Order: sequence, then structure tokens, then C-alpha cells
Amino acid sequence: MRARTLANTLLTTLALIAAGVWFFPIYWAFVTAFRSEDRVVSAESGIIPDELNLSGFANAIFNTRLLTWYVNSIGTAVIITLVVLATGAMCAYALSQMRFPGRRLVYGIVLASFMVPAQALVVSQFILMDRLGFINTWAGIILPQLIVPIVIIVYKQFFDAVPKEMREAVVLDGGGDATLLFRVYLPLNWGITTALAIITFITAWNAFLWPFLVTTTEDVMTIPVGITQVNDAFGVAYARLMAVALLAAAPVAVAYLVFQRRVTEAVMISAGVKG
Amino acid sequence: MAIIQNRRRHVLTAYALLLPFLLIFSLVFLYPALRIAQLSVTDASLIGEGNFVGLENYRRLLADRLFWTSLKNNGYFLVLTVVPTTAIALAIALMVNRLKGRLQALVLMMFFLPYVLPVSVVTEIWAWMLDFQFGVLQPLISLVNGRPVPVFRNPNWVMPGIAVVTIWWTNGFNVLLFLAGLRNIPRELYEASALDGATRAQQFRRVTWPLLWPVTALVLTLQLILQLKLFDQVYLLSEGGPFNSSYVLLMMVYRTAFQLNQGGYASAVALVLFAVIVVLSVLQYQLLRIRGRS
Repeated sequence: MRARTLANTLLTTLALIAAGVWFFPIYWAFVTAFRSEDRVVSAESGIIPDELNLSGFANAIFNTRLLTWYVNSIGTAVIITLVVLATGAMCAYALSQMRFPGRRLVYGIVLASFMVPAQALVVSQFILMDRLGFINTWAGIILPQLIVPIVIIVYKQFFDAVPKEMREAVVLDGGGDATLLFRVYLPLNWGITTALAIITFITAWNAFLWPFLVTTTEDVMTIPVGITQVNDAFGVAYARLMAVALLAAAPVAVAYLVFQRRVTEAVMISAGVKG
Repeated sequence: MAIIQNRRRHVLTAYALLLPFLLIFSLVFLYPALRIAQLSVTDASLIGEGNFVGLENYRRLLADRLFWTSLKNNGYFLVLTVVPTTAIALAIALMVNRLKGRLQALVLMMFFLPYVLPVSVVTEIWAWMLDFQFGVLQPLISLVNGRPVPVFRNPNWVMPGIAVVTIWWTNGFNVLLFLAGLRNIPRELYEASALDGATRAQQFRRVTWPLLWPVTALVLTLQLILQLKLFDQVYLLSEGGPFNSSYVLLMMVYRTAFQLNQGGYASAVALVLFAVIVVLSVLQYQLLRIRGRS
């Protein structure tokens, strides 16, 4: 028994050390961002935080378009999340609860599109957005990101599991499909909606390849694309770069820290390992 | 009569509910998918129509050294990431699963936080840590290598470097999947086997590993697909260099279409990438299922 306690302590220590190593890059970004540029590259500065220099952050806010990029990122990600959830819930409800010709075909399309890597379509999507005049617009950033088949698949699974008796009770009271969807199926699955919203938002917020292709001017760029411009402009100025990087990551990172359990559950649900 | 009318209304309502999704789907997914197939048999530039050239683009692809280099680098990257990240995630999940309460939440947070960072934030942090002159990790590299290495500008170091960055960034997701899997294993199985005198190692081999296999198969498949779509990290860290040593298929699609202005040829590359992803993931999934059953 003593051996087992010793082993437990050892394993816990090991876990803490591993977590510390894993966290080090983020820690180091913080330490760097709060130093002066001279201190960052001086040989005497160690890995312990020793300065509270805010000039990197001031520079990030006043000398870059960071605030514009925030607006673009939040705006596009919110619209994407709302549209994806609304269209997804409606589609899933029809597939799960209604009988009509072509039902299997539509579900087949949803499952097939789940297999298609969107990255393989960027060339023709770009040509299409160009034709529509959507290059360098929010519409151009948003449109190709509106297809998230996993949302329909997950919603359908949970709608399928709602007991039939609830449906019958509402129908007897004269409720139609709108009542059923908005008063019964969605409220019953509120946790799923939150989970899917979290996942869709994080994915849209962090999307790189598509927003990078469809935006060429700084005033429409999203955060992940915009901050690469700062890199080119600053050259070797790591305190400023790390300040920009931390501010860019802050909104979603802070949201994650606040809603930790919800986010981890959302990831598990969207991967189908929990529900 | 009323029933027929009701039935018709029911069907119409169903179509109305599907309509928004199907419209968007046709516009930004179905049409581009058909269009890319059509473009791949033309000599079109990025913007504008081209002439039908049959399978010329595919013939050219087979003779293109850069295509084979990209394919090889994609394969090398899979070797560097898929199994390692799965093994690391499993190890971390086992460690985290033992902890309780606040301590568990804290440790899990430290492993998961990188996953919510935008890719360009991740690459900037690592580019700084591995900076040739001032990088905080260069002393460690010197310890192993004898002298500092410009990681992302060295043909031998660049792919392993990108693999480390990628694993650090995406591993939290896999940890969560394993944690969910571990929590689904009934506690009684461990209690019963402990009463029978099973050691920790035996418990892992006889209980944890077999019951966790479906999750392991899921993680391996998801990782295979994800890592085949490698682009962001390569573009941001090395731009495919040096000497094409980190050039991958999606990089080739990007450069052919958007820098060389060859929409037709780029479409052919994209279709091949698509085919590779589908074939490999179906193949792997079947293989893993068979292993799981025996």
C-alpha cells in the first residue's frame, strides 16, 4: 500500500511537470510581451518575469489595425454561428421528425459533405466570390464558412432521441411544426445548442486559410490574418509581436477560461464521444 | 381531402425548413465542387475561362517533381504527427484522469489552452522561441545538436519543427476525446480487477486499452484527415522551404492558383488531394475497425 501512495505522488508530480512544460510557450509569450525590446534580446534576461513594461501593448493597440480586426472577427464569427445554427436546426428537425420525398437524399448529401475537405474547394470558391464581387467583403469571408455538416448531424441525433409522447401531446394541443421546433425540440436541447455554438464560433474565429485568401486589404482582415501583417511591418520586435499575439488570442482564450467546463463538453459532444 | 391537404402542407413545410441550408450548400459547396472538377480538365487561369485540354493537367501532374516532393512531405508529416500525437494525448489523458477537482481542472486547462489560439498566434510564439539568435529554446537545441539551428530554415529540422508546433497546438482536442473515453469505462471493472490482484499495468492492458480502442481509432482517423490538410503552419513558418523541404499539396494548390495564376492545374492538384484524403481515411478506418474486432 505504501508503494502505491508513493507511486501516486510521483505520477501527480509528473503530471504537474508535464503541464508546466506544455504551458511554457504561453508563459514565455507573457514574459516577453511585458518586457522592453532591449531587455527581450539582452543576454542577462532570464526566464523569470522581471518587468511590467506596457509599451508593447500600447503599440499593438495604437499602431496596428487590431481593433478593426477584432470587429471583423467578432462580426463574421457571430454571423456564421447564428446562420449555421439556425439553418442546421431547421434542416435537422425536418430530417429527424418529418416524412417527405427526398429525405434520404438530403441526409446523404449532409453526410457526404462531412467527408469533403473544404480546403480542396478554395480555388473554385475564390473564383465564385470574385464573380459575385465578394472579395474583400464580410460576405466573402462568411459564405464558404456556412457549411458545417456536423451541426446538422449532432442536432439530428438529439432530435431523434426526444420521446415521441412529447410530440404527440403538442400536436393534440393543435401545435404545428414551428411550435414543436422552437418550443419543444430546441429548448429541450439547449445544452447542445450552446455546445455547437461554442464549437462553430471558435472554428470561425480561428479560421485562417479562407479569410487569408479572400481578404487583401487590412480593413477587412480577421484577427488571425491581420496579425501576420504586423509581423511583416515590425521586423524583429518580439515584445511588440508577443503583445499583439496575446491580445489577438485574448477574447477566445478568456472565454474558454471562464466557461472551461462548457467548452470541454462542447468539444466532446461535437466529436460524438459524449451525449 | 383535409388529410391530403395536410399531407401536402407537411411536405411543403419540410422543404421550407431545408431550403436555407440547401441554397447555401448549392452555392458555396456543390457548385464549387462541380466547378473544380470541370476546371481540372481546362487550362484556365485563376479568373477567366480556359480551353478543354482533357487529362493534360493530370499527365503534367504525374511528371511534376514538385508534386511528388509535396506528396512525400505530406506522408512524412503524417508519420511525424498522427501516431505521436495520439500516444502523447493518451498519456496526458491518463495523467489528467487520475487527478481530482481543482487540480484536474488546472492541469487540463494548461494542456487545452493552446487549442483555442489562432494558428498565427501559435506560429508567432514558436518562431520567437526558436529564433536563431535569441530563441529561448536554442540553448536546448545546442545541448542536443552542439550548436543553434535556424529550425524553420533548415531542410532537416523544418518538418519535425512544424510537427512539434502542430502537436502542441492541436493535442488538447485529442486529450479531451481520450478523457471522455476514459470516463465512459465503468469503475467496477477497475475495482473488480484490483480485488483480483491486477497491477496497474495489467489493468491498462486488459481493461483500459481494449475499451478505449474505439476512441483511439477515432482520434487516429481524425488526425490523419486533419494533418493531410496541412497548410497554415507551413505557410506561416517556412512558406514551403527551404528548398521545398516543407512543400505540401495544399501549399502547391495555393501557389499554383494564387501566385502562378493557373486555376486549371491547381484544380487538378486539389482534386488529387481530395482523393488522397478520402481513400486514406476510408482505408484507415476499415483497418482500425478490423483490428478492434479481432
